[in-house]
Amino acid sequence: MTGSRNSLHAWLLVFPACVLLAAFTHIPIITTFIHSFYSTPRPRRPSRFVGLDNYEAMLTDPIFWKALWNNAVYALTSVPISIALAMIMALFVNGKLRGKGFVRLAYFTPTVLPMIAVANIWLFFYNPQYGLIDQLLKPFGIVGVNWLGTQSTALWCLIVVAVWKEAGFFMIFYLAALQNISPDLREAASIEGTSRWTFFWRITFPLLMPTTLFVMVNAVINAFRLVDHIFVMTGGGPDNSTSVLLFHIYTVGFRFFDQAYAATLTMVLLAILALIAIGQFLLTDKRVHYE
Amino acid sequence: MTKLTRRTFSALALTTPFISTAAIAQEAEVRMYFPVAVGGPVTKIIDDYAAAFEKVNPGIKIKPVYSGDYIQTITKVLTAIKGGDVPETAILLAADLFTLFDEDVIVPIDGFVKTDADKAWLASFYPAFMENAKIDGKTFAIPFQRSTPVLYYNKDAFKAAGLDPNKGPSNWTEMREMAKKLTKKDASGAVTQWGIQIPSDGNTGWLFTGMTTGNAVRLSNAKGNQVSYDDPKVIEAASNWYDLSRVDASHPPGIISWGATPRDFLEGKAAMIWHTTGNLTNIRQNAKFEFGVAWLPGMRQNGAPTGGGNFYVFKGTSAAKQEAAFKFIKFMTQPDIAADWSVKTGYVATSAAAYATPTLKTYTDGFSQAIVARDQLQHAVPELTVHENQRVTKFMNDAIQATLTGAKPAEAAMKQAQAEAMRVLAAYK
Repeated sequence: MTGSRNSLHAWLLVFPACVLLAAFTHIPIITTFIHSFYSTPRPRRPSRFVGLDNYEAMLTDPIFWKALWNNAVYALTSVPISIALAMIMALFVNGKLRGKGFVRLAYFTPTVLPMIAVANIWLFFYNPQYGLIDQLLKPFGIVGVNWLGTQSTALWCLIVVAVWKEAGFFMIFYLAALQNISPDLREAASIEGTSRWTFFWRITFPLLMPTTLFVMVNAVINAFRLVDHIFVMTGGGPDNSTSVLLFHIYTVGFRFFDQAYAATLTMVLLAILALIAIGQFLLTDKRVHYE
Repeated sequence: MTKLTRRTFSALALTTPFISTAAIAQEAEVRMYFPVAVGGPVTKIIDDYAAAFEKVNPGIKIKPVYSGDYIQTITKVLTAIKGGDVPETAILLAADLFTLFDEDVIVPIDGFVKTDADKAWLASFYPAFMENAKIDGKTFAIPFQRSTPVLYYNKDAFKAAGLDPNKGPSNWTEMREMAKKLTKKDASGAVTQWGIQIPSDGNTGWLFTGMTTGNAVRLSNAKGNQVSYDDPKVIEAASNWYDLSRVDASHPPGIISWGATPRDFLEGKAAMIWHTTGNLTNIRQNAKFEFGVAWLPGMRQNGAPTGGGNFYVFKGTSAAKQEAAFKFIKFMTQPDIAADWSVKTGYVATSAAAYATPTLKTYTDGFSQAIVARDQLQHAVPELTVHENQRVTKFMNDAIQATLTGAKPAEAAMKQAQAEAMRVLAAYK
């Protein structure tokens, strides 16, 4: 009797969360999945079942492939760089340092700023004539580079902004983790005569693994999710060279009003994210040591 | 200016015969979606017009909904309509005519035009603005905030380069020659002043329509189901644009931002720019040098696109509300308001009658640059207006951007865009 009452209590407690998750996550996923097999309804041409037509159209859509490739480049560079940077910054501000609080604040500031504001600031930095980047590079003979208006540099400019914005946020997690590492370990290591380098790789780094997993999952999701600065800085151009998957979905869904195709693209994004998340948990599970 | 406006309005209230309150017995609310990104001077002007209208039409309440840029506004309008919450009217891109028609959400304006005064009003707008307001002879839109691009030039820079400061370039070749003379470099070889700068991010195709029209070719047909991106003259126009930076080095390389271009002009970093007349007031207020305004220099003839937003009336509200919306549109587009709006924003006034009003006459007498855009209208064509406009236009924008960044030669890029566009448009044949 108490068992069933307990389970009733348990169900009541998870009920609100279940409703919210279902209403805003699971049901939309299912309806999106269904929509991807239908054509976009138009007043003069109602929606009809088209099977895999939308998926076939997607495979021949050059912008989809370009966006996918850009997204891969974006994720594979911005994620490792921002994680490495976050760890280095955390180690730096965790040590004995004068003005530690100030440096921590400085590192964290980009996180607090809204992405749209950040993008507008960087828009000025990248200006080919009076921009900060151009002024800094002038002594080295690099002048007048149209950073955002050139296909080969535009995506990298956005990656730099993303890293700049994200690293400070991840640093906070590393800092918290570092402060949880018992000082006994450090003392024991120094008695044994361990070098700082060995200590980091053998003690600190493994103990930070749970944090790294958490940060990595977040960073990868953000690499697919953060597109605000693309709207402000390049609008996906020049010639789609800065278009990523979510940006392409927005364009198709809300500028072309082609909901069916947008639903199809969304399914691909969901599949990619799900695969990455599962892969990360399975692969890193063995290497993560929880205390 | 406020004083003048108020006086204009009270005069209107007394003299305008077609405004009567008898027709609408009960209170009708007219919601107008209006594309403006942030609050500020423009929302204030619109609020004033709405208040003036309500004063003379006690039965009607005007509720402006400020809803972001054009794309955000059309998204909001269509979403609202799909959700069953139909607004009465909105200002949306003139180029989105077919999009709205295909969504089956707009009604023809002709149905509301009954009296002779109404007919005269409908016939008063410049034909260049009405071209992409009609489908199959029916009028679906009324021009409101319309613009056309012009060439702005820095007279001081012209003098310094030994050019006549009272005359802008009259054709493309002349512009090229002038631009070469106007390009200045410092000792390290870095360009300190570009001869010419034509923005190309975002709505790339708009200014390009100026070049193609000037090269004696139309980009789309009146039915909105055919484009000619692969016409040799269109390809020629695209490679001419690229040559300004590739061959002459008098134009900055790569894709140029719309937002940065007026700033570059004001900072003296660019001696000539192509930009919308919508920026005239901004440039006039902030230029520390004398500037001139000229028609877009054509490759074979004069030519320019029109752009900007029109009023639309939506399906699905009561006849009384539609009638009230029509009344409001008529109020907003009458000569006095059109003149006032043009002076305050720099948009081109939409009718000859507006240019005959004292408000606009006084303004243009003291500021002749403002009249250039109006005179250019005789050579203007609508910007690209086709079915699935955003998608079909984007094919062209991408192709031009690929050309300008040197990723693809103009011919290959435009031919690919043509194939993609026609695949989409095939459904509308």
